[in-house]
Amino acid sequence: MTVLIQARGLSKTFVLHQQDGLTLPVLHDVSLTLHSGECVALCGPSGAGKSSLLKALYANYLVQQGSLTLLHHGQMVELTRATPPQLIAIREQTLGYVSQFLRVIPRVPALDLVAEPLLPRGYTQAEARREAGEWLARLNIPERLWQLPPATFSGGEQQRVNIARGMIAPRPILLLDEPTASLDAANRQVVIQLIQEAKARGAGLIGIFHDQDTREAVADRLYDVQAVKLPEPTTED
Amino acid sequence: MKIEFNFAFLDENTKRMIRRGLLKAVAIPGYQVPFGSREMPLPYGWGTGGIQVTASVIGRDDCLKVIDQGADDTTNAVNIRSFFQKVTGVATTTSTARASLIQTRHRIPETPLRPGQIMVFQVPEPEPLRTLEASEQETRTLHAYQDYGLMHVKLYEDIARHGHIATSYDYPVMVNGRYLASPSPIPKFDNPKLHHSPALLLFGAGREKRLHAIPPWTRVESLAFDDHPFEVQGWEAPCSLCGSRDSYLDEIVTDNAGSRLYVCSDTDYCTSRREEA
Amino acid sequence: MRSDTILEVRQLSHLYANGQGCRQIDLDLYPGEVLCLVGESGSGKSTLLDTLAGRRVPQSGSLRFRDRQGTFHDLIHGDTATRRQLARREWGHVFQNPRDGLRMNVSAGANISERLMALGQRHYGHLRAQARDWLERVEIDPARLDDLPASFSGGMQQRLQIARNLVTAPSLVFMDEPTGGLDVSVQARFLDLVRRLVHEHGLAILMVTHDLGVARLLAHRTVVMQHGRIVESGLTDQILDDPQHAYTQLLVSSIVQA
Repeated sequence: MTVLIQARGLSKTFVLHQQDGLTLPVLHDVSLTLHSGECVALCGPSGAGKSSLLKALYANYLVQQGSLTLLHHGQMVELTRATPPQLIAIREQTLGYVSQFLRVIPRVPALDLVAEPLLPRGYTQAEARREAGEWLARLNIPERLWQLPPATFSGGEQQRVNIARGMIAPRPILLLDEPTASLDAANRQVVIQLIQEAKARGAGLIGIFHDQDTREAVADRLYDVQAVKLPEPTTED
Repeated sequence: MKIEFNFAFLDENTKRMIRRGLLKAVAIPGYQVPFGSREMPLPYGWGTGGIQVTASVIGRDDCLKVIDQGADDTTNAVNIRSFFQKVTGVATTTSTARASLIQTRHRIPETPLRPGQIMVFQVPEPEPLRTLEASEQETRTLHAYQDYGLMHVKLYEDIARHGHIATSYDYPVMVNGRYLASPSPIPKFDNPKLHHSPALLLFGAGREKRLHAIPPWTRVESLAFDDHPFEVQGWEAPCSLCGSRDSYLDEIVTDNAGSRLYVCSDTDYCTSRREEA
Repeated sequence: MRSDTILEVRQLSHLYANGQGCRQIDLDLYPGEVLCLVGESGSGKSTLLDTLAGRRVPQSGSLRFRDRQGTFHDLIHGDTATRRQLARREWGHVFQNPRDGLRMNVSAGANISERLMALGQRHYGHLRAQARDWLERVEIDPARLDDLPASFSGGMQQRLQIARNLVTAPSLVFMDEPTGGLDVSVQARFLDLVRRLVHEHGLAILMVTHDLGVARLLAHRTVVMQHGRIVESGLTDQILDDPQHAYTQLLVSSIVQA
């Protein structure tokens, strides 16, 4: 099976300069492989660094050590050395991320937010909106809300807009940070189905799934994230 | 006591300095040449720039004509003419054809100019961009890079507000396809006379201390838009005195009832037409 | 210069007598990219912007621009006429104070048409049609075409600045605190417009802001400046979520969370 992500020996430590250089290790020697068509669920106790690992894989967090390669347009690219324009291209075409929170320009209608990722792919505004409508409908967002900015939506509605926005432009790799956290059973089912469809088209997914039912429904295997064990937080001199 | 003046009032060094400026102005048509404008025995705005230019180019054989608003008999024209009579002793005339040197404010005579003649214009503001751009440094830069979009902004605004280009005098021109210039406050009716003029046209701004020139046979275009071409004023009636239909007419209110009369602004042209008739 | 950069800055310095300014700046900008320069007052971000935009002359370093045809221009040693031509055609400049970027004494239509006229367009009807079109694109009622900018609200004036600049389809727009004078509600609309125009026109934008929230929503990349130097740069979300430099950490931790 095609390898999509190959992480070896990733380590990440926060250095808090505002706290006299306090260091907070969050990842230590993490190695992980993701293949196409599979879904890996990150598990481990709260604070073990699941979210940090996901962010490191998205190049949102910088890792200090290790290698992180990713299949982009048929080539393994070293993410830790990629330039910003490369990273932008990789995120646009290869590496998707569905966060827990929707962070967008306040007054943009939900429909346009969801349609936006399709525009760089050559869709016209009308085509992108039509497809965005299908996604919102599938995720049970009532049509009367489509033209409204999601700031006024409920938490669950916002999350579904976020999922639509994160998944509408199909990417080979998808990182999911608790996509079903505030969803009811029916909508969770829709998300599970979306994930299975992504797998079926050969995408690889890494996710954090809080709720066990979802995890069991989508995960092919579990990856246990170990909390970094260091005796005491150290302080730089 | 009889006061002796140097010929043409200005000292020779000053005249030489102004002539050098004029030579440069002629060499770069439309370009504003700075010069050391002198104090004159009359206030700014009464034609000090024009007088200094006239004083610098006038010779003993010249025949001088002075007009103000086209007329030879207005106060300003009469005074300037008698000033030069006094300080040069040269012959003066009211006839456009006979004059070798014509100093003017606000008009170009109707009688076509001929080669060898010199027109001297009194200029209050030589910088056509000034109302739009207050900084001299910036306007000079705009001239240097021929960056004249700003001038069209003014014309655009005219059309937007009045439906047509309402600028009717001091209408900006491009000289020799290079420099944007002010033709002095002549009516735009006179602008076409600047184009390929057989006479040398000299412009002097005393207060602003600038000279510019349009040498004979220079291309002079009035700015316009493709769909709002340059047009001159026209009148429905001919001159009440000489019957001319081709000259620039002044409106004269003749009684308290508001009756009005249109007559030539160029008094020499009007008079000679009546004499011929 | 890499073939895909639009602006290449190397070791660029512009210092004032008091030692403030920007020093030894290295920066690449790519087509279609929004880059925010952040930092506190006096960090040199506005000086850098002005120097890149040709409004200040650098004391040392190199600065090159690639135009739409792929031709490189040396903006420091090249001739001024070309640079001015580029500034009119290929660049835009949106100021914090609309008075610096608009002609307040002529109509909105004249403001939008000015650059076109500077490039030689001489058809009044066509100019007006383009101006009207651009008013619509920046969400101003085209009926306001002949109104003076002074009668516009702050948000409309900023949008008019955008229209006035984008009418010649520039590839690079400099913006200096464009949302600085705007109410929060109006800011969102402005940001949305900018984001949309970036998409539609493939614009590169170099924006100075002290508002990290603006950077978060708009910028692909963020550059952090302190004491005239770049202390950190990277993808905006990385800079804001995992700041490395002590100063960036201070900036990020000082954001008031909404």
